[in-house]
Amino acid sequence: MSKNKTKLVPVPSKAMIPERDIARAPVLECVNLGITLGGIKAVEDFNVTIGRTEIAGLIGPNGAGKTTVFNLLTKVYQPTTGTILLNGQDTHGFDTVQVNKAGIARTFQNIRLFKNLSVIDNVKAAMNNEMKYNLLSAVLKLPSYRREELAIHHRALKLLSIFDMQDSADVSAGSLPYGAQRRLEIVRALATNPSLLLLDEPAAGMNPSETVELMDSIRKVHEMFQVAIILIEHDMSLVMNICESICVLNFGHIIAKGTPDDIQSNPAVIEAYLGRKK
Amino acid sequence: MDLLRHFINGMSLGSIYAIIALGYTMVYGIAKMLNFAHGDVIMVGAYVCFYAVSRYKLPPFVGVALAVLLCTILGIIVERLAYKPLRQAPSLAVLITAIGVSYFLQNTALLLWSSNPKIFPSIIKRASIKLFGGQLSISHITILTIVTCVLIMIVLNLFVNKTRLGKAMRACSEDKGAALLMGINVNATISMTFAIGSGLAAIAGALLCSAYPTLMPTTGALPGIKAFTAAVFGGIGSISGALLGGLLLGVIEIFAKAYISSQLSDAVVFAVLIIVLLVKPAGLLGKMTQEKV
Amino acid sequence: MALKKFISLKRSENRKVFITYIAVIAAFIICQGLSMAGLLSSSMQGMLVPICAYMVMAISLNLVVGVSGELSLGHAGFMSVGAFSGVAAAIIMQNFITYAPLRLALAMIIGALFASIAGFLIGVPVLRLKGDYLAIVTLAFGEIIKSILNNFFLGIDQNGLHMSMLKDTTNLAEGGRLIIRGPMGINGITKISTFIAGFILVMIALIIVFNLVNSRLGRALMAIRDDRIAAESIGLDVTKSKMTAFVISAALAGAAGCLFAMNYFTIEARKFDFNMSILILVFVVLGGQGNFLGSMIAAAALTILPEKLREFADYRMLLYAVILIMAMLISNNDEIKYFFRKLNPFRNKQEAE
Repeated sequence: MSKNKTKLVPVPSKAMIPERDIARAPVLECVNLGITLGGIKAVEDFNVTIGRTEIAGLIGPNGAGKTTVFNLLTKVYQPTTGTILLNGQDTHGFDTVQVNKAGIARTFQNIRLFKNLSVIDNVKAAMNNEMKYNLLSAVLKLPSYRREELAIHHRALKLLSIFDMQDSADVSAGSLPYGAQRRLEIVRALATNPSLLLLDEPAAGMNPSETVELMDSIRKVHEMFQVAIILIEHDMSLVMNICESICVLNFGHIIAKGTPDDIQSNPAVIEAYLGRKK
Repeated sequence: MDLLRHFINGMSLGSIYAIIALGYTMVYGIAKMLNFAHGDVIMVGAYVCFYAVSRYKLPPFVGVALAVLLCTILGIIVERLAYKPLRQAPSLAVLITAIGVSYFLQNTALLLWSSNPKIFPSIIKRASIKLFGGQLSISHITILTIVTCVLIMIVLNLFVNKTRLGKAMRACSEDKGAALLMGINVNATISMTFAIGSGLAAIAGALLCSAYPTLMPTTGALPGIKAFTAAVFGGIGSISGALLGGLLLGVIEIFAKAYISSQLSDAVVFAVLIIVLLVKPAGLLGKMTQEKV
Repeated sequence: MALKKFISLKRSENRKVFITYIAVIAAFIICQGLSMAGLLSSSMQGMLVPICAYMVMAISLNLVVGVSGELSLGHAGFMSVGAFSGVAAAIIMQNFITYAPLRLALAMIIGALFASIAGFLIGVPVLRLKGDYLAIVTLAFGEIIKSILNNFFLGIDQNGLHMSMLKDTTNLAEGGRLIIRGPMGINGITKISTFIAGFILVMIALIIVFNLVNSRLGRALMAIRDDRIAAESIGLDVTKSKMTAFVISAALAGAAGCLFAMNYFTIEARKFDFNMSILILVFVVLGGQGNFLGSMIAAAALTILPEKLREFADYRMLLYAVILIMAMLISNNDEIKYFFRKLNPFRNKQEAE
């Protein structure tokens, strides 16, 4: 297996980002992010900076608060403390829709596709905001309607072809096999032109060969779209292979940050996963 | 003094709404369906009571008991024939079926008992109680209604919280699959819920028609809708919510009739409902559940 | 030509749209032909316009229930707003627009306009709620509209329009006319609704709804219906999309209400009650949520059915109820469905497997 050997370097705030992104502002900066859910501090003091084209991993035992971090970033939950800077913009007071428009797209741990829509309509729905034609031109099928619909049809097909899904474009999304559903979620998220892509356990339920394919697809997406990616994953081979930096969460706290090599040898991480030596 | 009189009348009407709302709320809690036929069970109960008392000269108490018995059976039969086959169906299909059952009951009543309004004999034939030197008169039926409602609430609360069957009911409303795995007979529990709801509807029917003594096949429809509103008002699925919602609705309705306009009282009631739901989207005592992402 | 186009339609959605248009046009031609040949009984003849109005109602409600996935129990309210405003407008216009079809068209547009305003005002609070709570609030609004119209008085004289609530205090000058008479509704309506007008309205409603469903609005609505959280995560504006659908639906219902009302001499607010809302919902559920052709067929069938059951006299509504329950059981219970499928000699092999 070829391992990533990206060098992480500090930015003025002392956070580490990949060397190649140093000239550009980070895509995401979380400062003291935290939330209390039902009296429990589900996430606390979450400080993370993600470079413009970084692939970061978010790992940790079940219940550590990984998905909660995603829900905070996308404002499914409103944070109780801290700030989120997205492309330098404070997202305070944003809702999920505004966060997406500002550049974050995500997938879900328990797949949330539009099951009754066709595969291509799932993708087209995500391109809704880039279409400008009004309802009247839709009702009368004016040229602006036809032009824009045709344009997104081609773009949607092109996106689907990255994941080899163009042939099932007219199939209803709910009838796709599991692995394809996970891939479609990624395509749908990409269709919103995000600057930061959040993948919640993209390889869950996949067999090893599917996982390898997925890994290639993620790399391809990263290269083509120059998008920053944070992925939550339990499959360590995938995480260690693909991620340039890794952040380990346990009981809502970051217990380690660094390159895959750092993390693998970090005693706190080993303890969190395997328990303390007696 | 007027204020107090209206308030007491409102509480009495509200008690009836609360008893009906209980049926809605319990069925909704366990079967997640809006049982639109519930209002018509009230009407059936009232007719049974009417015939028992005025035709067969049975004592009112026996009449009510008979109505409760028949409505309970009716509730179980309806559940078994119309709703049980649709346990897995989309909720709209069940809703339409309930509406079909409602039409069925109304039209059966129309055939059996004709559309001529019947004058319901009060189940209590005693003069009103005069208070404050005759300034305030309260009929016995008003008091009986409120007392019945309070009793039903207490008994039902004890039943749901303290007995095994009550626990089974609560378990089924939380998670039917898990309840089944724990060895609870889900179908029997749902049947029982319908039975209790329908029995209560019969009591409500007798009380309603004692207070407002015209009885027609469509008698149950409007109180049914209002009681449903009351259930939502208080937070559907919650027993104390049904009580609170019912009482509030009754009081608001009587006050609106007295001080705003009798023609617009329904509009006022529904307007208040809308405002409440905007402030508390799950009703006064309802719990908001957040979807897990 | 048409056939060629039909075969070349690749996507089944488009084919469905095409079939619907063809079916509606064919049904119109057949009915019109029968009617001109005098083969239609007078009761059937009288039902043509109401059927068209109900079809438009079914299409309009299907946009809310089928496409946006929200249960509305107060759709008759919009119908009645459209009916009252449209008919009132037609009566006002009676003297200076003498060409009846034009007057009807204008009345329907005004009805649609008022209904869409009502739809917007109601949509603001309603669409903040979810599921059954949304349903009950639409029910509440339906009842409120009925109560208000039931107590509303509108008159016209040389000084212009006069209105009042609860009591007739319009104090019209001599020669004035009280148009809306509270609980008495409107009477003395000139019947100007025709079957052709009804057919045109159905076609317009279909074109509007189909083209919207196949546009970005339709995709957004269906996406939100299928998964609200995912829809928000890709930047779809839930409230705005739903509001648009709600207002369009209300406007169509208003036009339908106007068509419906202009077919009678009198209308009363009581006619557009909860039972009417439910009746329309039944069309939608029976015909299939999101299935516009189905809900139109259901609308026609369920309007004709009670008439055809007339020979059973008193039992007809009972039979209607039984048919309704049976239809729901058959179409939704797997065992019963399987049972019927076994009986069906024309079942196709794939389905049987």
